[in-house]
Amino acid sequence: MAGLDPAIRNSARSLDARIKSGHDKGGEWSRRPVEGIGRWLLAADVPEVQAVTEGSTAATVVEIRDLSLVFQTGDGPVAALADIDLAIGRGEFVSFIGPSGCGKTTLLRVIADLEQPTGGTIVVNGVSPNEARLARAYGYVFQAPALYPWRNVARNVTLPLEIIGFDPGLRAARAAKYLAMVGLEGFERKFPWQLSGGMQQRVSIARALGFEPDLLLMDEPFGALDEITRDRLNEQLLRLHEATGKTVVFVTHSIAEAVFLSSRIVVMSPRPGRIVETIDSDLARGRTLDARESPRFLDIAHKVRAALRAGHSYDD
Amino acid sequence: MTTKSLVAGRALPLATVLLFVGVLWYLGAIFLNAPRVREQLDRGPQAWTTADLIAGTWSMERPVLPTPDQVLAEFWKTTAGTKIASKRNLLYHAWITASATGLGFILGGLLGIGLAVGIVHVRTLDRSLMPWIIASQTIPILAIGPMIIIVLGNIGVTGVIPKAIISGYLSFFPVTIGMVKGLRSPDPLQLDLMRTYNASASQVFRKLRWPSSMPFLFASLKVSVAISLIGAIVGELPSGATAGLGARLLSGSYYGQTIQIWSALLMAALLGMAMVYGVGGIERIALRRMGTRP
Ligand SMILES: Nc1ncnc2c1ncn2[C@@H]1O[C@H](COP(=O)(O)OP(=O)(O)OP(=O)(O)O)[C@@H](O)[C@H]1O
Ligand SMILES: [Mg+2]
Repeated sequence: MAGLDPAIRNSARSLDARIKSGHDKGGEWSRRPVEGIGRWLLAADVPEVQAVTEGSTAATVVEIRDLSLVFQTGDGPVAALADIDLAIGRGEFVSFIGPSGCGKTTLLRVIADLEQPTGGTIVVNGVSPNEARLARAYGYVFQAPALYPWRNVARNVTLPLEIIGFDPGLRAARAAKYLAMVGLEGFERKFPWQLSGGMQQRVSIARALGFEPDLLLMDEPFGALDEITRDRLNEQLLRLHEATGKTVVFVTHSIAEAVFLSSRIVVMSPRPGRIVETIDSDLARGRTLDARESPRFLDIAHKVRAALRAGHSYDD
Repeated sequence: MTTKSLVAGRALPLATVLLFVGVLWYLGAIFLNAPRVREQLDRGPQAWTTADLIAGTWSMERPVLPTPDQVLAEFWKTTAGTKIASKRNLLYHAWITASATGLGFILGGLLGIGLAVGIVHVRTLDRSLMPWIIASQTIPILAIGPMIIIVLGNIGVTGVIPKAIISGYLSFFPVTIGMVKGLRSPDPLQLDLMRTYNASASQVFRKLRWPSSMPFLFASLKVSVAISLIGAIVGELPSGATAGLGARLLSGSYYGQTIQIWSALLMAALLGMAMVYGVGGIERIALRRMGTRP
């Protein structure tokens, strides 16, 4: 946030000030049925968030050319990524899918400047990943919750807000808003060890959403959740994406999840991690979970499955 | 679970150990003190029995090994039985030593934490400082203790400060070692998270490294406080001090007052225990406030 230009920053702040003054009276959120919360909150967000995104107009958020990454390990080099070419446009929802160890996490970490490629080029928001990270361009949901055990749930969610320098009232409002979105209102004062693994993961999602980054990098965020919660969060993430126009890069092992959520699915294969195929997924906007029974859905899912199989045989 | 059974659960093993040690101690007193008692009895006019010998070994004025009841009687006499401000009161001496220990503990703790912070954050310090820190602990404190006291005495610094410095010199080491480990204990993912927020080094320190290091800090502080006490007592030995548990030990050994030595040792042990438990109490409060799993 601090890295963005002041006008954008102010508009984001005033948005929250408004949300807070307008809606945060008497714990209104907590009384609303969970299903509706995301939609209701997001409706309030739309105009302002678009003002935020106007700040940078480039259509491509992530541009990767001929990228490779070799890890130097104790027993020789490991080629984690090879020949990666990928462009992700603003507002896209792109999923990486592929067998375990095919480099999905590594690719996401390269975008986040947590891993340095050994070949090729990568541009994020028109600048290097490093500069993008310094500008706090993205929110990252790790494969594990990575909560701080000495902070309660609310304070885990406000951690990035403290670091970025939001004022306390705004932090509390954001924490309440996004904890409600992931269905954890009432758990603010619990400590991580008092939560189940899936609940911890939801806290980490709320934490990444809390500072409302334009780019979300999510590494199997719903992997640890039960089917019902997963469905609900899938739908809410989709609503969030549709309402805010955020760019989402999403790692998953679930074909159904990938097809339901994505505008594009990147199928990867291991050793070394490459992109086998990129499949457009064009289910209707505003789709609900029922869309998963539609012929179009089954058709795309079939394509993804075929590409995954091809990736596996590639390996033999 | 009732309190009663809890007490019983701990009291029985404790009593067993106490009984065992007590029996050994009294037997030891007989063997160690017997030669001199026998000499005395032989010089006397009457014949003597074994019972006389044993009674003698348990009631000498300057025994090689005093019995627990002799030590406890002396301890009681010099604490509860004497005016508190008097120089003969063991509590007065304990207070002198405790204040030097406390000051040395604080000095050592701050130095230890400061060094650890430097080592964790500055790469060159990591390489350059550690060998010196380790070397500092290989020098016997008995060798440099008197030097510190003489040097500081020459520039007019006497009293509690030189003792606290010796105490701190010993006690910073475990804190440095523990805190270097503690400040490096956050796992890579927790550090990556900070990286994604572009957090400054001081934010990473305050919001991640410092809280992560708390269990390490308290573990090393417990070691450190016990060592601080040793440092303070050692600091009292060469200073010609007339007050403090170290001074009591020294004067006891000059005049062969073994009972006085043992009761000073008992006081030192109790003081050390109180301090370690004190740190443990602060630890429990701090960790509870941090929401740590009980
Ligand atoms: N820090 C590292 N050092 C060495 N090798 C690594 C490192 N991180 C990942 N690898 C290797 O790179 C490859 C890709 O790993 P990555 O974690 O990206 O897989 P993934 O697709 O996310 O798998 P999963 O679905 O199981 O999470 C693996 O072979 C892994 O062993
Ligand atoms: Mg992974």
